[in-house]
Formats: sequence, C-alpha cells, structure tokens
Amino acid sequence: MSYRKRSPFSTVYTRRDFVKTTALAGTAAAVSSFPAPFVHAQEAVTLRIAGTGVNAFNELAERALEELGINIEYIVLTSDDVVTRAITQPTSFDMIDSEYWMLAKIVPSGNLKGMDVSRIQYYDDIVPIFTRGELPDGTQMARQGTAPIKVSYLTAEESSTFAEEPTNFMTLIPTVYNADTLGIRPDLINRPIESWAELLNPEFAGKTAILDIPSIGIMDAAMVCESLGEIQYGDKGNMTRDEIDRTMAILTQAKRDGQFRAFWKEFNESVTLMASGEVVIQSMWSPAVTAVRQQGVPCVYQPLREGYRAWASGLGIPSHLSGRQLDAAYEFINWYLSGWVGAFLNRQGYYTAVLSTARENMTENEWNFWMEGEPAAEPIVSPTGTVIEEPGAVRDGGSFWERMGAVACWNSVMDEDRYMVRKWNEFIAA
Amino acid sequence: MTALRQTAVTKAVPLLQALPLAAILIAFFVGPVLLVVAVSFFDYQTWDILIPDFILYNYEILLGSETTYRTYLNTAKLCLLAWFFTLTIGFTIAYFLAFHVRSVPLQIGLFLLCTIPFWTSNIIRTISWIPLLGREGLVNQGLMGVGIVSEPVEWLLYSEFAVILGYVHLYTLFMIVPIFNSMLRIDRAVIEAARDAGASGFQILRHILLPLSKPGMAIGTIFVVALVMGDFFTVDVLGGAKVASVGKTIVNELGYLQYPPAAANAVVLTIVTILLIVALMRIVNIRKEL
Repeated sequence: MSYRKRSPFSTVYTRRDFVKTTALAGTAAAVSSFPAPFVHAQEAVTLRIAGTGVNAFNELAERALEELGINIEYIVLTSDDVVTRAITQPTSFDMIDSEYWMLAKIVPSGNLKGMDVSRIQYYDDIVPIFTRGELPDGTQMARQGTAPIKVSYLTAEESSTFAEEPTNFMTLIPTVYNADTLGIRPDLINRPIESWAELLNPEFAGKTAILDIPSIGIMDAAMVCESLGEIQYGDKGNMTRDEIDRTMAILTQAKRDGQFRAFWKEFNESVTLMASGEVVIQSMWSPAVTAVRQQGVPCVYQPLREGYRAWASGLGIPSHLSGRQLDAAYEFINWYLSGWVGAFLNRQGYYTAVLSTARENMTENEWNFWMEGEPAAEPIVSPTGTVIEEPGAVRDGGSFWERMGAVACWNSVMDEDRYMVRKWNEFIAA
Repeated sequence: MTALRQTAVTKAVPLLQALPLAAILIAFFVGPVLLVVAVSFFDYQTWDILIPDFILYNYEILLGSETTYRTYLNTAKLCLLAWFFTLTIGFTIAYFLAFHVRSVPLQIGLFLLCTIPFWTSNIIRTISWIPLLGREGLVNQGLMGVGIVSEPVEWLLYSEFAVILGYVHLYTLFMIVPIFNSMLRIDRAVIEAARDAGASGFQILRHILLPLSKPGMAIGTIFVVALVMGDFFTVDVLGGAKVASVGKTIVNELGYLQYPPAAANAVVLTIVTILLIVALMRIVNIRKEL
C-alpha cells in the first residue's frame, strides 16, 4: 500500500518531454505558416460520432472546430443502441464512442478498424490500464469482467479477433473511464453506508433502484449478492449459468418483495429518481451525482468496502472510414489526448486517458481536488461555471489511486451473454 | 371482339383502382409482417444477431417460460382495467355531450375541449404525471398538508395504478369520439316514444342507448385494446419500468439485440390481439351497424 503515500503525479520534466513539447510547437508553427490558399481550398471535414453522450459536450465540439477545423456532430444514443448501430449500420457514423464491454459484441462483426498506434502521438503516455492492464505504479488492475486490456488490441488492422498481447492496432483509444459505486441520499438515510449489500436491505424497501442495462446491471447485482454472502463467484465478469440463475433468483425475489422503486436506463432518469427522493440508494454514474448536487440536493457517491465497478470508453474508427476523414479522425484523437479535453472531462469527475497533458490544463487546486483527493483550497467550479464544491470539500472516494486501485470488476459481456440477457429480461418482466 | 375487350377493361378498372392501396399495404404492412414471422424462426448469437435458420428455439423458450404467461396475464389485466374505465368515462361524457347539451355550438365547443390534451404529445402528457404523483409530488404534499396521511402514499407512482391512470388519460378520447358519433345518429323520436310509453331513465339507457351505441363502443374498444396491448412507453415511464407488459418485453429484447426472440414475441402478441378483436367482432357486427 506504499504507493498511496507518494504522489503519483509529481511530474519530473525529462529531456524526452522537453523534446516532445518543442517538436509539437514546431509542428504547430509549421501548420500555421502553411500557405493559406491550400487550407481554404478544402471544405471542413465533418465527423459524426455515435456514442452514449457521456462525453458529448458542445464545448468540446466548438473547440475542435476552432482549433482543428473539424466539424463534430454527436449522435447520442442509449448504450444498447450504440451496439445496434455499430453492428447494423456502421456507415451511419464516422467515429464511435464506445464502452469497452460493447467491443465484445461489435468487433466480431468486423465493422471496426484497428487503429495504428504509431499515428497516436501520446500513445506512450496513455494510462497503462489500457495498454498493459496495470495501474501506473505497476500493480495489476482487476480483470473480472470485460477489463479494457482484454479487448484493447486487434490482431491486425482489418481483424475481427482480439489479440492476447499488445499489438500495433488498438480497438479504441481510451477517452474517459471511472469507478462506479452506489449513490445515496445521506439526508434521507442518516447512517453510514459501507456495503453493496445495502441495496437489498429491507430497511430501504421501495426506495432503491438498479440500472436496467444488462451488462452493467448484472455486475451491480453480483457485487450485491457477493457482499450478502449468498453467492461466491468464480469470476463475476464471466458467470456460469448456475451463478446467473442464482443471482437473478435473488433479484427477482427482492423485486417481488417490493425492494425496487424503479429501474432506469438513462442517465437523466437516475438524476430524477434521486433528486425527487423517490429512491435513497441506487446504482448511479458519477456525473449524475454531480447533477443532483447542482440542484442543491445532498447526494454522495458512496465508496463501499467491496470496491468499485469500473467502466471505460474510447473512440474507435469504423472500417468504412478512409482518406481525409480517416486523417481527421486521427487528428481529432491526437487533439483529444493533448490536454484541453482531458482537463475539461476531469472536471466532470471522470478520469482521462493521458493524465500528464490534462494536468497542464488544470489549476493546482483542481488537480488536487479531482485527482489527488485533497480538500479543495478554493471553490471548485464545474465546466459550465457553477460552483459545485466549497473550499474544504473532498471528492467522494478520494484520490485516483484509492478509487481506481479499489476496482473489483468491469462492466462485462460474458460467454453466457445470451442466457444472461434472457434471464435479465425475465427479471425485469417478473 | 369489341364487346369482349369492353368486359376485360371493365373488369380491370376496379383492380387497377385498388392497386395503389394494395401496393402500399403489401410493401409497408404485409411485407414487414412476413419478415417478422421469418425472423422469429432465426437463430442468433451475441456477436451475430441474425443467423438465417428454421428453429423453434425462440418459441420454445417463449412458450416454455412461466414469465411469459405472467406477463400476458398482467397485460390483459391492464388492458381490461383501462378498457373498463375509458369505456365508462367515455360513455358518460359522450352521453352528456349528445343528450344534455342542447345547443350545437356548445356541443361542438365542449367536444373540442375534450381534444385539448391532444395538442401536446403523448410523451409529455405521460411524463407530466410524475411531478404530480411522486413521493414528494403535489398530490402527496396536498394529502399530507391537509393531514389525511402522515406518510407519503407510495402506490401513486411507479405502480399499476399510475399506468392505468396514464392509459385512461391518454385513451379516453378514443372512446368518446366513436360513441359520441353513434349517439348523434340515434333518432330522438325513439327516445321520446319510450318516454311517452312510460320508460324510466334507466330503461331508456338499458334498452335504447346502450344497444344503439354499441358500434361506437366497439370501435373505441378496438382502439383502446390495440393501443394498450402494444404500449411500452406508459408502462416504462409511469410503471418505473417494473410493471410487466408484453410491449416492454419486446422493446427490451430489441434493445439487447435479441431480434429473433423479439420477433417471436411480436408474432404471439399480434395473434393474441387479432383473436381479441375477432372475438369482439362476433359480439358486435360493426359493418352491419354502421
């Protein structure tokens, strides 16, 4: 546990960094001194990005247009629809903002192009969770579920098989990731909550909710059942039929006993449920907690002793992309990792792929609050300008290390996915 | 020779006239339905969503699961309750409009008033119940303020009650319109004659109004039954996604990329709905009564 003591982000400027920065500046200068008529001769490239909207922000699109001259159009869909689109209509978008678990369904269709890592400028700086399956200090990351490292690489550029070892072709370039837990209303619960098991505590009958996206909901359910001591899983992220049956039996019984107030599929639904007091403890995503707090309603993203359920998403390129659009896609990704976007997203409570560049774009106070888990020295302001934390406040769950280091499993597509989804649907209908 | 051609042409004309509608129905109705039936026999895997095949697996799973019957039963229950309330309320309102309101402008004015809710979308009308019925909603605040209850009433929202309330709100007009239409066709002289012969108000209702409004009631019933059987949105929003209904199950399956089971479910739902409507036609012969 010694790694928590030293600050992982104390960057030492190496010669390599220096060379890189100067090279960058040089490139920028070269681009801007390019003969203007050439630039004007071509129309701006448009990239349609299909995704769940977790990181679809207008500010980001405006900035991309300003700095790169690339038009970004977001196609915001539910998680299920992202997968459907990617498999059935891959030409209806130019880039995909996909979660890693979705890859298990999308990649076999062959609709995704392996991304050439030599064209990714900050490839070496990407958090090793994605490139080696490790935390930056070398500790192994949890592998239960669809851990990104299992699906990060393809065997070739045009391939529908995942590579066991890192290759030169990445499926997605990571954008954001986070460690999820339960959200609670401390003002309506009035006692400490420490375990996932509380979701099924009869004390909260009719006041809990779970999310109805099978690949994510099943993992929350598994965390609960394991913590109740009801089921010992071999691998929560890859359950056997028997484990699925027993998990769903526990959930179905709870549902019949009136434990759940509702199920939600969409980010905003979870915000409404929590802010209106319909539920006091539920599956939640980090920015939803922020959204509830912005309404002046107390809400805590409660760290639990069994650890977190993690997720990650990234940008991928569909097979049909070529020519200028393909170049623009790489350009957009390189820009994405270059810092401004990273800082913007870190301020939403997400974590981003390249931490070093993001840090350069954040204030000391912001970095310490969001990443180091230290008390805010000055008010913490959201990207839209509202104050969301007063001085002295500490981020729920603490630092990047405490949170990402305590991940127990990842959102997942299992070998028994077809069976699990059918059982999940029966649970929802039960 | 000319005579022969003449008859051929005369025969062809009605066929040609029917052609555009037939073509549209075949392209946009018969075709898709056949496709759904075909897909319901397909195989599927997580990574390969449509595998052309002829297997009964989807139907075996569907018809072999207790949840299916429970879901159909629950949908039928929702349907019956929604039908009962929309019919009762729709009939009463139509009766009021047709027989109590004497002046035609007022009649039309009040009738248009009934359609006002339709100026906003179904979705908005459904969602607007949430702030009213919630645990901290207006109704609960009112009840607690007056002191009728001390704890918020839970079953107002995310319950079958809420779903049926939503249906009644959304679909009563579909009863009012056809029943009102039927009632306007009732010859007033018949009612006067009955009254002259000493019939009571209830007897007039029982022996004249009800039988003569039957076609309107039947048409309204078809609307409401078909809408409720296929609904998934109201169940989702007002039922908190936890009230079971067939439509919701199909939407879930589509969402999870399980197209063949969704198709099988849709086929079964279509058959059940058609059977219901056929049974209804047996009771009331709409074509004759119109």
